[in-house]
Amino acid sequence: MERKIRVLVAKPGLDGHDRGAKVVASALRDAGMEVVYTGLHQTPEMVVEAAIQEDVDVVGLSILSGAHAVLFPKIVDLLKERGAGDKLVIAGGIIPEDDVEELKKVGIANVFGPGTTTTEITEYVKKEIASRSK
Amino acid sequence: MVSTDDLLKRFTDGDRTALSKIITLVENHESSFPDVLDRLYPRTGKAYRIGVTGPPGAGKSTLVSGLVQRVRADDKLVGVIAVDPSSPFTGGALLGDRIRMQDIGIDPGVFVRSMATRGSLGGLAEAAGDVADVMDAFGQDIVITETVGVGQCELDIAEACYTTVVVIVPESGDAIQAMKAGLMEIADVIAINKADREGADRIARQTQAMLELRGERNGWSPPVICTIASQGDGISDLFDQIEKHRVFQTESGLLKKHRRGNVEATVKAIVESEIHRKVWGERSLSKLHSLVDEVMGGKRTPRQASAEILSMIDGR
Amino acid sequence: MKDTKNGSAEWEKKFSKTCETSGVTNPSGREIKPLYGPADIESLDYGRDLGFPGEYPFTRGVYTTMHRGRLWTMRQFSGFGTARDSNQRYHFLLDRGQTGLSVAFDMPTIMGYDSDHVRSHGEVGMCGVAIDSLKDMEILFDEIPLDKVSTSMTINAPAAMLLAFYICVGEKQGVSSDKVRGTIQNDILKEYIAQKSWIFPPEPSMRIITDILAFCSDHVPKWNTISISGYHIREAGSTAAQELAFTLADGFTYVEAGIKAGLDVDKFAPRLSFFFNSHLDFFEEIAKYRAARRIWAKRMKEKYGARKEESLLVRFHTQTAGCTLTAQQPENNIIRTAYQAMSGVLGGTQSLHTNSMDETLALPSEKAVQIALRTQQLLAYETGVANTIDPLAGSYYIEHLTDKLEEEAEAYFEKIDDLGGVVKAIDLGFFQKEIADAAYRYQREIEKKTKIVVGVNDFVIDDEEIDIDILRIDYRVEREQTEALKKLRSERDNGAASTALDALRSAAGGTENLMPRILDCSRAYCTLGEMIDVLRDVFGEYKEPIVY
Repeated sequence: MERKIRVLVAKPGLDGHDRGAKVVASALRDAGMEVVYTGLHQTPEMVVEAAIQEDVDVVGLSILSGAHAVLFPKIVDLLKERGAGDKLVIAGGIIPEDDVEELKKVGIANVFGPGTTTTEITEYVKKEIASRSK
Repeated sequence: MVSTDDLLKRFTDGDRTALSKIITLVENHESSFPDVLDRLYPRTGKAYRIGVTGPPGAGKSTLVSGLVQRVRADDKLVGVIAVDPSSPFTGGALLGDRIRMQDIGIDPGVFVRSMATRGSLGGLAEAAGDVADVMDAFGQDIVITETVGVGQCELDIAEACYTTVVVIVPESGDAIQAMKAGLMEIADVIAINKADREGADRIARQTQAMLELRGERNGWSPPVICTIASQGDGISDLFDQIEKHRVFQTESGLLKKHRRGNVEATVKAIVESEIHRKVWGERSLSKLHSLVDEVMGGKRTPRQASAEILSMIDGR
Repeated sequence: MKDTKNGSAEWEKKFSKTCETSGVTNPSGREIKPLYGPADIESLDYGRDLGFPGEYPFTRGVYTTMHRGRLWTMRQFSGFGTARDSNQRYHFLLDRGQTGLSVAFDMPTIMGYDSDHVRSHGEVGMCGVAIDSLKDMEILFDEIPLDKVSTSMTINAPAAMLLAFYICVGEKQGVSSDKVRGTIQNDILKEYIAQKSWIFPPEPSMRIITDILAFCSDHVPKWNTISISGYHIREAGSTAAQELAFTLADGFTYVEAGIKAGLDVDKFAPRLSFFFNSHLDFFEEIAKYRAARRIWAKRMKEKYGARKEESLLVRFHTQTAGCTLTAQQPENNIIRTAYQAMSGVLGGTQSLHTNSMDETLALPSEKAVQIALRTQQLLAYETGVANTIDPLAGSYYIEHLTDKLEEEAEAYFEKIDDLGGVVKAIDLGFFQKEIADAAYRYQREIEKKTKIVVGVNDFVIDDEEIDIDILRIDYRVEREQTEALKKLRSERDNGAASTALDALRSAAGGTENLMPRILDCSRAYCTLGEMIDVLRDVFGEYKEPIVY
């Protein structure tokens, strides 16, 4: 049986801009993945707990308020702490170029800014997961 | 790659990440899954299983979240399995039940797992039962399985649970609708959710009347409880009724009967799926295709073609 | 027959020889014909449907003199970091000719958490200014005379508290509450629908709003009590017709709530204002503003029995569409914004915010903000578009679109009524689903390239180097706010603060107007978070429905 890719789409932080998260969630579903959506206003602890319980392959994070620099690294750290550091963590939102480099250093695999197509994201996820399961 | 032994050791030590991984390997039917389930089986049988089902939009997730909090007040451990449909076209699924379960989000006594139906014919009930077994083996005292009350296999899942709660709302039409969908037949407890809405009293009365018409089944007549899950109203009553049903079943010996029935169904399901797997190997499939050609060409009838395949298996 | 008379049938024949007559849609998914003519506005009656500016049904504008009498207010939405940081930006903008202030708050303020709350970590001062108490508000408006400027505050769930802080700053400056002018957004319905910065469930939220309506009509008569907002609905991905319909439906819901609370419609309706998006489709946007004026005026008069002319007016603020800005070739955003601003002006806006080119990357830099403001000044003083009122009236296309949008909005009103009203429809996820579907459809169109976004899916520059300065907020802000809070809590009269909070709690449990209690809390230097916590306790928290 073909292994389903499971993705957690999460909105950590306080901002309620879920247009992007929902569009991406729909696109991943349409690409045949199982997408668990957390809803809004998640703390890093809630995101990590959900990622572990759902045993997702991918964690997709979206923040548009500027809190990414604190919350994303915290989520990555907590995942590692809980023995789930192997998950592919990707992010999107209003994220300045300099921060992207920083985030990649701490373990965010890729950052998708405004103007990214959903196809880019779904293709990226498929490719990464395929290369990991080899 | 983590070895199965290692994973099981972590599982028995109470590692939630290991629990989660085991659910995955069971759900995906990875090669080690029969072995894992066999090794976990002796640990099962302790959890009380509650099914929650009803039409889309009835507020099931919110209700489950409320029930979980009620159970947690007694300091019991809970597992939740939230089943949502996969898209028949893409095979993907959007699983959103956690949105309504924020209040139990990081409680270490709760474990929530979302499952997609994956379009499996009948296999879903089996998979959901396996996942409930895994949670049971992990030590959860109660396992709640939430499904949308459409389609037979969702109903099967709910029915495999010891107490089945059917959730309906005033605007989901009327009780007749739920009756048609076969929901009333499997209900042990009925929750009229969003009971602050217009028509709640009417539907409660209708439901009650319908149940009276149906009469007792095995000495139990399902109570109708009004709830407003979003405000936590009625959850305690609902839980009390579930508890009452549990006690009733335990004392009357029905629970044992129910479990026996589940075991029988499981054994049968496994046998059937094994037969299926064995019959449709590479050899018989290629034979099938050539036989179909022959049928299409007017050389055989479908019945003759199947006899051919069956003889192939018998002769093996 | 008419078509032949107008010569359009023959034209169409010629046109279709070389060109497709159908298949062109705008970003709202609306099919656009290549030509509009008299047949498209056959039923138009000038007196009934348009009227002169300042005359019922106000299609051509809410004031007699419109921009000839007074230009729109140039109001750039701004706020970041500490109150001191933002105060400096306000002085910068006022020095460069901005005529009104518009305060952006950070997420903790918007969600009612103090800067030292665990959920505020990483968010403080990031996408707006951090305001924890009256202390911060005093600094925010330092050397800004509240009797001279009008201030718009984009704040919803905690709107009552921020208004109270503002009134208190006025008191300290010697400006009484009947003199302060400005707007609080205070539009909670669109939070549930689109922006999703809610705190309490709808019922208590509506009660806070009617309390504000009642209090302001007696004590703060120049204040715009609700800025009924379509902006966020559009940003979340809706079409123009959805923005129009959902916004006005929200507005009617507030009117009904006010009337139900026993208020005279003519006492509070004149202080309701609107806030619309200005999106890509130049003509459709103009038609949208015109339709909004006409629909509102008609319903207010006919359905809600408003008699005062001011109750019938859609006075509105416009912001260019942030969601149309691109991270690629960000300088192109200047041009996008300029066109969008022009449709806002031609649509008769009362005030305008033009986005800065760098907003998909971060908060705008000073340079970017200045260009955005200059865009408005160019429009006002160089292009001549403000010289004549509603210059596109009578255009076959514009009038047709105006009628169409009105029709579509009416159809939505009917649907919403069928569902049991706005609050019920929110609970059912109706708006949320409509918007999410439209957003997904639009995204698919971009990916299939049936819609071209310059610099994104066409006219792309490979390996583009982005070379614009951006504004960075550092964690100094969170530290400073946290320290300031510690200081505040040690220096204020804590007895007075807790007395004021207790009074707020008991008022919330009963039915008395909350505003005086909130003002008392503000004066006692209770923090925003403390006040909200009290109300959270009493009212509970809203939970989002599952929608996809």
